[in-house]
Amino acid sequence: MGLRRVAIVGAGITKFVRRAQETPKELAYEAVRMALDSCEMKLKDIDCVVLGTAPDAFDGVHMNGEYLIDGAGGYRKPFMRHYVGGGTGVFSPIHGWYHVASGMFDTCLVVAEEKMSTCHPHPAGAFLTIFDHTTEQPLYPTLIWIFALEMHRYMHTYGITKEEIAQVSVKNKRNALDHPSAQIAEEITVEDVLNSEVMAWPVNRLDISPTSDGAAAIVLAAEHVANRITDKPVWIDGIGYSLDTAYWCTRDLSYPDYVEKAARMAYDMAGIKEPSKEIHVAEPYDPFSYKELHHMEGLLLCGKGEAPQLLVDGVTQRDGNLPICPSGGALGVGNPIAATGLMKIIEIFLQLREEAGKRQVPGKPTCGLAQAWGDLMQVGTVVVMRR
Amino acid sequence: MFKRVAIVGVGTTGFRPTTPEVSYRELTHEAAVRAYLEAGVGPEDIDGFVATSEDFLEGYSISDEYCNDQLGAVLKPISTVPGDFIQSLAQGVMMIRSGVCRIVAVQCMSKASNMMTIPQMVGFALDPIYNRPLGEHPDFIAGMEMNRYMFETGATEEQCAAVVVKNKRNALWNPLAGHGVNLTLEEVLGSEPVSYPLKRLDVAPTSDGAVVMVLASEDIAISLTDRPVWIRGIGWCSDTPTLESRSWGAAEYTRLAAEMAYRQAGIRSPRSEIDFVELSDEYSYKELQHLEALKLCRPGEAGYLTESGATELDGELPVNVSGGCLGVGHLFEANGGQKVLEVVLQLRGEKGRAQIDDVRTGLAHSWRGVPTTTGAVAILSNE
Repeated sequence: MGLRRVAIVGAGITKFVRRAQETPKELAYEAVRMALDSCEMKLKDIDCVVLGTAPDAFDGVHMNGEYLIDGAGGYRKPFMRHYVGGGTGVFSPIHGWYHVASGMFDTCLVVAEEKMSTCHPHPAGAFLTIFDHTTEQPLYPTLIWIFALEMHRYMHTYGITKEEIAQVSVKNKRNALDHPSAQIAEEITVEDVLNSEVMAWPVNRLDISPTSDGAAAIVLAAEHVANRITDKPVWIDGIGYSLDTAYWCTRDLSYPDYVEKAARMAYDMAGIKEPSKEIHVAEPYDPFSYKELHHMEGLLLCGKGEAPQLLVDGVTQRDGNLPICPSGGALGVGNPIAATGLMKIIEIFLQLREEAGKRQVPGKPTCGLAQAWGDLMQVGTVVVMRR
Repeated sequence: MFKRVAIVGVGTTGFRPTTPEVSYRELTHEAAVRAYLEAGVGPEDIDGFVATSEDFLEGYSISDEYCNDQLGAVLKPISTVPGDFIQSLAQGVMMIRSGVCRIVAVQCMSKASNMMTIPQMVGFALDPIYNRPLGEHPDFIAGMEMNRYMFETGATEEQCAAVVVKNKRNALWNPLAGHGVNLTLEEVLGSEPVSYPLKRLDVAPTSDGAVVMVLASEDIAISLTDRPVWIRGIGWCSDTPTLESRSWGAAEYTRLAAEMAYRQAGIRSPRSEIDFVELSDEYSYKELQHLEALKLCRPGEAGYLTESGATELDGELPVNVSGGCLGVGHLFEANGGQKVLEVVLQLRGEKGRAQIDDVRTGLAHSWRGVPTTTGAVAILSNE
């Protein structure tokens, strides 16, 4: 257990859009400005800056972390970047937590930025370069193919249908109607998902989150500082992360072991014995519809293969017993990779402070969780938060 | 009080201009096996890992995907820092000080021989709107900076050339170094101009190699080794990435990083409390500029110290006894790894002919190279 408790005291998030007019620096600046204003702090009150942005190829800038320094408020401050592909958004606050919990700093600004529209015509070209240069790149794989493999394996192992999985898209895109940053919120039906274009069977277009531009930022503070800044701090009580082998072809794709490892690390730290009872609201990463269910199982919020039933029974709706992705998730709000994870952290922050407005889940939740996932179906990053 | 952190094992492949017989993963594996062996631990004993990796340098997107297998870190917590090794070291220190980990392994690696178009690649680090269209070569930016540094401090081209002569000669006594050579001042001054006032031999050539270190909290460190090297202070800082508004003469990022590290180590008078220094010298003038930014001498004094021999192996303040980037080779994000490695070996008294007498406290410094303004400083001690 850390010697110091660390709280989130402020948060800001830009609109998520398909093609932002702003430069990456400007996106980061906007989120930082909002986060600092939300807790009435100035840049001079910040001791250090932690940045998350996923592959440099998106923004098209070598050493993208260095480039973003002034936009992200890191000018003449200790500034460090961390990343694990899609898991970056939750990975960065974990490392911000380290900065404060280690006693090196009292306050830390965590910024996550992604501008995917810089890739013409589509970021899929950049995604090709995440694969092994010898064994995989010559096959010209796309991300959708490998996730189609995983989704198919998941459906096959537990006898899950596409109709069940499609309900994730329906739920999240509807939830996102209430999110001010949302890019593709809409009211759709299961039939709309099933009838949308097949990208790589069994993945249809509406099973996939969009590519997006956006940024998010939070302010972390050590206990003695946090209590001066706000009377509603949200504590980071558990952190966990785990990276599986890069040789994904040798893994059983039906269950995300790495998410379970990460979750167990975070639960141990937070003293959580029965996650399904003690976690009141969760934001698992949902870049593809089936991933939300897959991750609920990895997070031990239900047994293996049981997540679809919870969804069908309405348990994961905003007014259900275990609200999942009340924000609208990556499927509804949008998916600017690194910023999405931080958006999920911010959603739990707002839910625990009961400041989520129309998205607020009932019952005064006291414990929530955000999770992200990325790389070659390889990494799980988990943060447990309490009011 | 927070836990003290020690380096209990180091491993490296050595640094050579090219390594055609191994892949980048094998480089890291070799260094990791050596470090674990020296520390007497296996990957199963290690609670957390830190890898250092930058996408364009590795030739991958999301290059952290390929960092864990060769470290034995599969299904373990591993943090990837796209930065310098000393920043990764700081991450490792924070993981131990926060109480999450007891033993941490920190990795860095350079496979520069795989990079076919280094100047063009560095060009992608420039602002895409204001600077990149100008097609600036990295050595051109360094040349401008050297010019400004010389103008502000009165340093001369001869003083910069003396750094090259010293470091490349030092590298001859370092079996890990790849670019040792015995040169004269005239040979350096007479080498082909690159971008005035920078000449070919003022620029560090590149090398391949990997470094892995094992860190442990105080209680564990004492049980693992009888010669721990303590991390007494570690600091890192970034100035602005904008070319137009930065300080060109003085390395402000290094001054700020050093102040942070000195504060932690309780060092008030760096010149008298630091016995030797390994600092970033990707370009010859950078050694002088960084020496001044580290407050080891006054602005404008570093050149004279070098000319007088004070920074030689047997001088009053030995600087880059390993050969530095000029003699070992520019290792990109692994530069800091080579510097910290040299400081550890010196503090353990394992440098043979290149051993500095009676050393207690050493300083390792690195800079992330053109066009960045990010520097990091670690202060290590054997007591």
